[in-house]
Amino acid sequence: MPQLNLNRVEMPRQEPKERAKNFNEVALGYTHEQAMEEAMRCIQCPKRPCVGGCPVNIDIPDFILALKEGRMEDAVKILKSKNALPGICGRVCPQETQCEEVCTLAKKKAPVAIGRLERYVADWERMNLVGKKKSVSPAPSTGKKVAVVGSGPAGLTAAAELAMRGHNVTIFEALHTAGGVLMYGIPEFRLPKVIVQGEVDYVRSLGVTIELDSVIGRLLTLDELLADGYDAIFLGTGAGLPTFLGIPGENLNGIYSANEFLTRVNLMKAYLFPSYDTPVRIGKKVAVFGGGNVAMDSARCALRLGADVVYIIYRRSEAEMPARKEEVENAKEEGIQFKLLTAPKRFIGDERNNVKAVECYQMELGEPDESGRRRPVIKPGSEFTIEIDVAIVAIGTSPNPLIAQTTKGLETTKHGTVVVKDESTGRTVKDRVWAGGDIVTGAATVISAMGAGKRAAADIDAFLRS
Amino acid sequence: MYKILERKDMVPIIHLFKIQAPRVAQKAQPGQFVMLRIDEKGERIPVTVAGWDAKEGSVTIVFQEVGTTTRRLAKLKAGDFIQDFVGPLGIPTHIDNYGTVVCVAGGFAVAVIRPIAEALKKKGNRVISILGARNKDLLFWEDELRSVSDELIVTTDDGSYGRKGVVTEPLKELLTNSKVDRVIAIGPSIMMKFCALTTKPFGVKTIVSLNPIMVDGTGMCGCCRVSVGGVTKFACVDGPDFDGHQVDWDLLFARQKTYLDEEKRSLEQWQHSCQCGNKT
Repeated sequence: MPQLNLNRVEMPRQEPKERAKNFNEVALGYTHEQAMEEAMRCIQCPKRPCVGGCPVNIDIPDFILALKEGRMEDAVKILKSKNALPGICGRVCPQETQCEEVCTLAKKKAPVAIGRLERYVADWERMNLVGKKKSVSPAPSTGKKVAVVGSGPAGLTAAAELAMRGHNVTIFEALHTAGGVLMYGIPEFRLPKVIVQGEVDYVRSLGVTIELDSVIGRLLTLDELLADGYDAIFLGTGAGLPTFLGIPGENLNGIYSANEFLTRVNLMKAYLFPSYDTPVRIGKKVAVFGGGNVAMDSARCALRLGADVVYIIYRRSEAEMPARKEEVENAKEEGIQFKLLTAPKRFIGDERNNVKAVECYQMELGEPDESGRRRPVIKPGSEFTIEIDVAIVAIGTSPNPLIAQTTKGLETTKHGTVVVKDESTGRTVKDRVWAGGDIVTGAATVISAMGAGKRAAADIDAFLRS
Repeated sequence: MYKILERKDMVPIIHLFKIQAPRVAQKAQPGQFVMLRIDEKGERIPVTVAGWDAKEGSVTIVFQEVGTTTRRLAKLKAGDFIQDFVGPLGIPTHIDNYGTVVCVAGGFAVAVIRPIAEALKKKGNRVISILGARNKDLLFWEDELRSVSDELIVTTDDGSYGRKGVVTEPLKELLTNSKVDRVIAIGPSIMMKFCALTTKPFGVKTIVSLNPIMVDGTGMCGCCRVSVGGVTKFACVDGPDFDGHQVDWDLLFARQKTYLDEEKRSLEQWQHSCQCGNKT
């Protein structure tokens, strides 16, 4: 048996002090030598647990082997046969709880850096193959039409899969740019928009039409689409409705939902104001409420816009934070201050309705709640005030109710998510309508949405061929 | 891209654009709005529709030059294109046979109240319209509004045309002297507030069309939150029409001023670059 190499190759990153002032990508990607060194660590074990750990079942050992042997185009082909968006997944997938968690080398605390290798291969393709021959080509046309609603990770994946199987696919996107949360939500420094646009262009190159500025539910209803010649519909509209804290003072000026703040900054490029027309309030003292990836993204954006101090205010302890460890570490390195076991009581405003402070409680952890995490409880008499001039609420989102409200026969839960009869197919109770991603699960990850898009596409394909 | 089919200058600072948008034209209803973005660098702004022609595939908007976006828009001419034109959005104005309805329009809102008055009239209502402007030079579409009303009262603040005074005066007289079943008031927020205050003692339901700042216009961001009856609502998806007696007007005014400093900066920057001739 060959000697195990347990030294994971670190990915070069911008220095914290430097990157806290710019919107350029933080993680710089492997060099060729680094990628080869990391790929060599894969022992090509026969059990291949990583494949099962991947929500879209990429043949991980195969693409790594191709990489090791310098067969780059093969590596691209292997990746793309299971995943239309590898440049995105290589950057934002939580590999540490998926493929890398089950890697044989994880037992030795040194799993192969599969995500970084995926990113390396995707970036290699972008630099070397764009505009050249396609690595994969679609099956002959079936003459069937499918409407995909939403161009986020679920929609793009479903569209690509269906197009590959020969169906005529149109994506309807409400915003002026395709990509959904990948464009409006995840910031440039974590996922450069040129990468997203490259992958959207790839989906287009498979023959998919993308209709922008199209709010389904208003412009056209699902029943109109079905009557209009579409044989099936996939709903991948995500979870776009922001949740607010529901505490006094929340409508003061300077208090944003994370969706609004991130949309202004990422999609509308408010960080380039006034060269771009959309403004955003630049806070000196910013409080971000929540402990997930969106909270980390919001805090790090606020810092880059020029805040003096940015707090993450989270009611539980760090162990319960839903954000990726890597993102929490990045935020800490950049100087984001964590106020843990802290929950807001009310916002305080000035005479012009601007937020000037938030009053908070100290919390302590009690008995476990239904999520299995210890429930935070208020410490009586622990109120204290933090001066702020911008607040960002990042405590979650639920699906936009517009389509459910305008569609007869679509069942939703009390959380507003769309009910599917079977998670493995994404079929809803409405005939010829499938759904997948955050619209079904509530806010989750890019890759789980892609997995759902992929499973639904397989079922839609089977339905259209029956 | 959406083509500007026709441009008319109603008064020097108020313009009408007829935009080629066939899909929106098929679906638009009175009281709904569109989000438009001029180009890549533009912001998304809501504009209530003033008309639509499904056959021609066009949607008409009327806007007044206020900030950077509307001034940039005013530089465009027939044949030019705007990047994005999304709609129809919002819940249409509820049209029913109420009896007698007073439609109050302030300033360029005459353009959006006209299709509402027309729909109300078609439904069998007696429609009395009040059209107010600061002065004669800002008045337009008097005849258009008259043609869909049983009665029309025109006011100007300075008395340069019609009755001297503000719209709430004839509104109060109508409420005092006759039976009014519903009031629909659209115009500047301050005008809508005072219309609501005028009708409140009479207990006549008063619908207003709120115009807070928006970003996406589809319920995604919550920028347009307003307080109605003590409950936070998103004007883009829960409105834009609300019961004027329930609206927290002070909150609306305050939130509309969120970006006053930025708006000033943006306008200065644009005017400067305009003089240098490198930005439209």
